Amino acid sequence: MIGLSHYLIVSAIIFSIGLIGVLRRRNLLMLFFATEIMLNAVNIAFAAISHYYNDLTGQMFAFFIIAIAASEVAVGLGILIVLYKKHGSLDLDDLASMRG
Amino acid sequence: MFENFITSLMTVEGFAFYLFSFLTIGLFSVTVMSKNILYSMTSLAAAMVLVSGFFFLLGADFLGVIQIIVYVGAVIALYAFAMMFFDATRDIKEKNTNSFVVFLLGGMSALVLVLMFAAPIHSNDIQALYPMTEGVGNAQDVGMVLFTKYLVPFEVAAVMLLVAMIAGIILAGKKMNHSITENMEIDNDAKDEIMIQKDKE
Amino acid sequence: MENLVYIALFAPFAGSLFASLFGMKEREIFVGVVASILIFISFLASALLAANLYMTGEVIHVRMMDWIAVGDFNVGFGFVVDHISVTMMSVVTLVSTVVHIYAIGYMDHDRSFNRFFSYLSAFVFSMMILVMSDNFLGLFIGWEGVGVCSWLLVGFWYHKEDKPKEENPSISPSWAANEAFIMNRIADLGMLIGIFILYWNTGSLRYDEVFAQLPYLSETVLAGAAIALFIGAMGKSAQFPLHTWLTDAMEGPTPVSALIHAATMVTAGVFLVVRSNPLYAMPEVSGVSMFIASLGTFVAFYAASMALVERDLKRIIAYSTLSQLGYMFAAAGLGAYWIALFHLAAHAFFKALLFLGGGNVMHAMNDELDLFKMGNLKKEMRATWLYMGFASIALAGLPPLAGFWSKDAIIETAFNEQTYILWFMLVVTAGMTAFYSFRQVFLSFHGEDRHTPLGFHPHEMYTFALVAMFPLAVLALITGWFMSAYKVFIYHIGESVQYEMSEHTHHLAIYLGLLVIFIVLASIAYAYMKYARTGDKAWKRDEAKEQGFFYKLLKNQYYVPKFYEEFITKPYSMISEKFWTGVDLKIVDATVDNIAKFFYTTGDKTRSMQTGNLSNYLNWMAVGGVILLAVAAVSAIFM
Repeated sequence: MIGLSHYLIVSAIIFSIGLIGVLRRRNLLMLFFATEIMLNAVNIAFAAISHYYNDLTGQMFAFFIIAIAASEVAVGLGILIVLYKKHGSLDLDDLASMRG
Repeated sequence: MFENFITSLMTVEGFAFYLFSFLTIGLFSVTVMSKNILYSMTSLAAAMVLVSGFFFLLGADFLGVIQIIVYVGAVIALYAFAMMFFDATRDIKEKNTNSFVVFLLGGMSALVLVLMFAAPIHSNDIQALYPMTEGVGNAQDVGMVLFTKYLVPFEVAAVMLLVAMIAGIILAGKKMNHSITENMEIDNDAKDEIMIQKDKE
Repeated sequence: MENLVYIALFAPFAGSLFASLFGMKEREIFVGVVASILIFISFLASALLAANLYMTGEVIHVRMMDWIAVGDFNVGFGFVVDHISVTMMSVVTLVSTVVHIYAIGYMDHDRSFNRFFSYLSAFVFSMMILVMSDNFLGLFIGWEGVGVCSWLLVGFWYHKEDKPKEENPSISPSWAANEAFIMNRIADLGMLIGIFILYWNTGSLRYDEVFAQLPYLSETVLAGAAIALFIGAMGKSAQFPLHTWLTDAMEGPTPVSALIHAATMVTAGVFLVVRSNPLYAMPEVSGVSMFIASLGTFVAFYAASMALVERDLKRIIAYSTLSQLGYMFAAAGLGAYWIALFHLAAHAFFKALLFLGGGNVMHAMNDELDLFKMGNLKKEMRATWLYMGFASIALAGLPPLAGFWSKDAIIETAFNEQTYILWFMLVVTAGMTAFYSFRQVFLSFHGEDRHTPLGFHPHEMYTFALVAMFPLAVLALITGWFMSAYKVFIYHIGESVQYEMSEHTHHLAIYLGLLVIFIVLASIAYAYMKYARTGDKAWKRDEAKEQGFFYKLLKNQYYVPKFYEEFITKPYSMISEKFWTGVDLKIVDATVDNIAKFFYTTGDKTRSMQTGNLSNYLNWMAVGGVILLAVAAVSAIFM
């Protein structure tokens, strides 16, 4: 039988893939993708827990996470466009302007 | 262990789970590894659809539908539109972080998380806060909880989405009349703060 | 009547607060005037209370408020006006009034005139708390308040430099103030222990309750309490070996010296012993009382001997105070508490007069105090000469002045108790007292004029200051006449203060008195022959004699200050230095420094993390996240 652990493990693996993406890529757009992956991984975990404990709270959280992800994409893409207009690039190395 | 895998593979649910798992993991890996934005976006969209498969498997029908509508319908579409501002056809050139460090960190976190989740969970003392109602469809059930117990967060989320929408429009909408991928030498009098760089190629 | 008690107590306090309002301002005469008037009001209230007590014999107890109430421990802020405290109140406020008025003239040119009056009134207020409190804790508060105010006042000219001791026997006021304060602190510890012992064993701090319990206490407890309390009295009243601060405290302004010596500070020790007379009269502590009497006699003799060779005008008067305090303790130790108290009052008047006269001289001589540089001042300062001469007669103890009656009673007491050694020493001391006080008078006011060649142009003090001193002169004259009346008055307080000479002594009293008078007159005559003559027989400095052993011994105060410096101050500062360099710098400071250094170096080393590249930051964040996860996992396993 497929148990809760199976889902949680899949979720953990997907989360780690997202983390690898965040760490490895320098392109801001790719970082956004990786963030989406991580959010999805968490959603899977929530849905699984909700199912196995017969509790709707997990699904509620998943809904709100989806809402947050949507708004994050809307704002984030706006910022990306402005950045691209300004620097002509989305590479983090080109944006290293925070060194004091 | 392995027999267990085989026997569960024989059931519909088990088969579907493993199928979705391998596919999502593979597709997400492609998303993270691919040099081409279009490829990675496509694989991301496909993986999102497959994630909704998990939700259906788990009986969260409504969540699965939302997943498809919001992620694949809205988010990926948004990315696709945003892609039009950037040069999507080109391969991304970036010097990736030392892959040893990356995989070590990713692997470590995966290992720790898996170890934690693989451990038996003592579920006896966990009480359902909003238990699912028997004989009622998932959508109806979710609706009942969402519009009673979670009404205020729901409204707040709505306002947040509105704010995000306006913010996105304003951020992206500024100076829309300037193209940023075309060669801008014609438009010499664009002397505002937008710094336009030529393609480095 | 209760209101009078509060007026007597708080009028000086009001004066102090009023003066402190102007503490930072330029000199304002009205500040001094207001403070003096308030002290005078306090004196009037005290005098009315005394009169009331004399008429009705009714002791007033006032309980102002609960002060400390913790569990079983309950101390009220209460005051008592009985025969002992009313005597002290009247004396203190009277002398303080005169000193306040005098100080208006004396501190005329001082920049911190207003500040001086706020301290002076606070000093009087502390002393009033001390004498009026009806419990030991209130007494202790006043005791400490007096200590603090004396520190402020002795060190009033804190900006003065430390002068070398060879040229001029003078030290800096701030040093003297610290010395006085620290010595008193040592003694106060003893006093505090005494209070603890009494509270521990009687469960109360009120005088009447404590004294009522005394017969039920063991001998050890009684002796311990008596000794500990007397140690406190020794510090405040500058008894040997804690006496050195008193002469050094002469560095303060002269009105302060007058106040310290006559009314507000050194008498506190005698007052404590008199106040605790039921304790010291217990047969179990007769040893302690005998010790007090012996120590008092010794100090009387010891201080008088040092005064014989002193050149500093104010220091001579200071030694005389020390000597007279010795007399008071001798009387108290022998059980004649009322005589001690009476001598305290009489002494306060003529000693204040003497000091204020000394202040006049000092004022006239531009702060020069060396007797060898004076001589024949009487032609410029006739009034001061009269006052000083008069006070010196009183101090020397010639009838009919105040000093004779009280001092003679003490000497008689010593005879009466058949402690003939004490009696003999007290008689000798009386002769020495007469000699040194007239040596001082003759050296300064008579003989050859030595000051004009040195460029001094003395001038008399302001008239109002001289007028203000007049009541003291009158009191120095008449106080002694009321001795028997006072005896009747104070006998009301209880059996323990009552003291009567035996029949045998009564018969001999007239001869004893005549003997003392004869010795005193002889000493005065000798002093006159030696110091007062002019012309060929005028006094000359005898350098050879000044090199003599005894002269040097006395001049250096028996080397006691030197002993303290060599064996207490220097080792202490050496130990402190060791602790400073060894413990404080190497351990305490180093610990703190190393903690700071640790953070500096870690900050310095980890600064390279701040590359400004977001990707790097993300990596570090992931490292942190993984570590947190690992910690969570590990703790989950072990929980």
